[in-house]
Amino acid sequence: MKKMKGAQILVEALKREGVDVLFGYPGGANLPIYDALYDSDLKHILVRHEQGAAHMADGYARATGKVGVCLATSGPGATNLVTGIATAYMDSVPIVAITGQVRTYLIGNDAFQEADVCGITRPITKHNYLVKDVRDLARVIREAFHIAATGKPGPVLVDIPVDIAQAEHEFVWPEKVELRGYKPKRFEQGHPGQIDKAARLIVGAKKPVVYVGGGAVMSGATAELREFVDLIGAPVTTTCMALGIYPEDQPNSLRMLGMHGAAYTNYAVQYCDVLVNVGARFDDRVTGNVKTFSPNSKKIHIDIDPASIGKSVAVDVPIVGDVRKVLKELIAEIKRIKKKPDTAAWWKQIREWQQKHPLTYEKNSSGKLKPQFILETLSEVTGGDCLMTTDVGQHQMWACQFYRWTRPRTYITSGGLGTMGYGLPAAIGAQFGKPKERVVCLTGDGSFVMNIQELATAVDHKLPIKTVIINNGYLGMVRQWQEMFYKRRFSHSGIRPPDFAKVAEGFGAKGVTITRPEEVKPTLQKVLADDACWVVDCICDESEKVFPIIPPGKAIDEMIMDMA
Amino acid sequence: MTKHILSVLVENKFGVLARISGLIAGRGFNIDSLAVGETEDPTVSRMTIVVDGDNKVLEQVKKQLNRLVDVISIQDLTRGEYLERELILAKVSVTAKTRPEVVDIARTLQAEVADVGVKTLTVVLVGNTTKVKTLLDLMAPYGLREVVRTGRVAIGRDGAANAG
Repeated sequence: MKKMKGAQILVEALKREGVDVLFGYPGGANLPIYDALYDSDLKHILVRHEQGAAHMADGYARATGKVGVCLATSGPGATNLVTGIATAYMDSVPIVAITGQVRTYLIGNDAFQEADVCGITRPITKHNYLVKDVRDLARVIREAFHIAATGKPGPVLVDIPVDIAQAEHEFVWPEKVELRGYKPKRFEQGHPGQIDKAARLIVGAKKPVVYVGGGAVMSGATAELREFVDLIGAPVTTTCMALGIYPEDQPNSLRMLGMHGAAYTNYAVQYCDVLVNVGARFDDRVTGNVKTFSPNSKKIHIDIDPASIGKSVAVDVPIVGDVRKVLKELIAEIKRIKKKPDTAAWWKQIREWQQKHPLTYEKNSSGKLKPQFILETLSEVTGGDCLMTTDVGQHQMWACQFYRWTRPRTYITSGGLGTMGYGLPAAIGAQFGKPKERVVCLTGDGSFVMNIQELATAVDHKLPIKTVIINNGYLGMVRQWQEMFYKRRFSHSGIRPPDFAKVAEGFGAKGVTITRPEEVKPTLQKVLADDACWVVDCICDESEKVFPIIPPGKAIDEMIMDMA
Repeated sequence: MTKHILSVLVENKFGVLARISGLIAGRGFNIDSLAVGETEDPTVSRMTIVVDGDNKVLEQVKKQLNRLVDVISIQDLTRGEYLERELILAKVSVTAKTRPEVVDIARTLQAEVADVGVKTLTVVLVGNTTKVKTLLDLMAPYGLREVVRTGRVAIGRDGAANAG
């Protein structure tokens, strides 16, 4: 058999895994890999900072459901990936990160651009590999993709020393992956006894709520979830990781729950009698104080990861399994029982809450631009036909609240880690994965500058991404907390933004600044219809806050609704 | 708080110990001891981990360990019948007068006197937790200069039902 260099083995292995694009940045220790890419038809996107590469791989993975790939050199290149890898880890996003490493005989010697990347990323990867023998390389890549994509997905890092990338060996592709310590299929089918118990609990419920998380999106359970909810006639709420999996324009939707969820949603969750958790993890942003969380409900929890069940909230019926498969069985079981929960009185109560505490904001107080209005207008102008990435803070929450989400995988956000600087590179990754989608990066004036350099990448590839900045001259969420919980002591939350429209032009994109409500709709319509990469800088009312809010340490029915 | 002895089979590869100890530290679990060694199969190591905590903590430890790709299986030996041993080396201060007493205690506990010096005497004991504690309690009044322990290792008893 013909011998190949390690780097060529890597490229061939990536192709076998169906990789169509990778995001990366060259440097000393991955030069052999870049040399191999020079002869390859594999599409490589040159980023401007390695953190961008990791977020692009992540955005690509979230938009498509496929494994995203990023590539960096050793030392600083690899450490620049770390935030991106941690972001993917917290939200269970399948990415494979490939890093160059110093030569094997130099490892541990504090060599130039050396960092113990496997050590650094151990707690933020699902698994990682340091390849010490070129004979292992093809198998390791195969395993890395398998581990990243199966079970509870997550990032896998493969560290490849220079001499391994240069060493020669035959290309041997393993027929199948065999890992005796990793058998995710074992957990896929839910336990029939548990599914039966859950079905009986559900049909006997008077006040059920279905609470859906990112796991439902990952398992591709959109159709099953919609069937399940419609079958039992229950209200359904989602975390920000699952927005759109159930259309928010349908009457059963209670939209998002949690710290900034609608009041009626949190009331429903707090006072329900059966809470069906579908692929969510009782995150602290959802439960508020766990001791007082939904105290009178029986809880059913469906999750592929046994460790996610019973971690923070005690559960009555745990079901370990793939959400889609379990829901199918659950639907079948409920149909067999031929009974449905009687929810008429419950719905009456919920409609009352909805009347009394709608999700809204003060519309005409200052004449200044309201961020909520921008989101409402964006929702109207796109008709839900857009894929949005966000950064982190107030704008991220307003997007959850005031945009109507109707399709899964269209709201792409760093939910778990809360990474500022995620939005633009994630938008680029998503656009490469979904070339036909209209991609909008919704950001804040604080977040945007954290990875603003990737505008160069977007412009290079003529990506028609629209960045919309909720610009209030503050780190808005920090300001909000300082105002509400730190006696209005605005310590270092004011941040003087640059002229973003000019900055955009400097990068070769188009820029526009708006300050008045009447400019919002025509501007959004204009830029969305244009093929260029746009930055729309919206100068907003800095005093605007995200409501409702569950204050830290409080129960979810102890929300603050406004400042009155 | 109860103690549990987890017997964990792992891939015998570099970095596995770091993964496990990192996970335990990162998730804030308290462990009493951790002993590692190769098994009858050289590609597999066994770790014996003594964990302190209630059942909820233990469940999380087991589930989190199970998530690691290099962890092959986990058994909670305390759920069935098991044998446990620990090896301890204790260097005890002695004088000409106390030396015979210390040797006597060692003999009574079936500990081996492994080294004799002018001012110290080193005993080796293999035993369960109770026996190790007895040795330490009895030697303490003479002055324990240095104590080295392996941590507990344990094995399920033949025919005993050891549920995972």
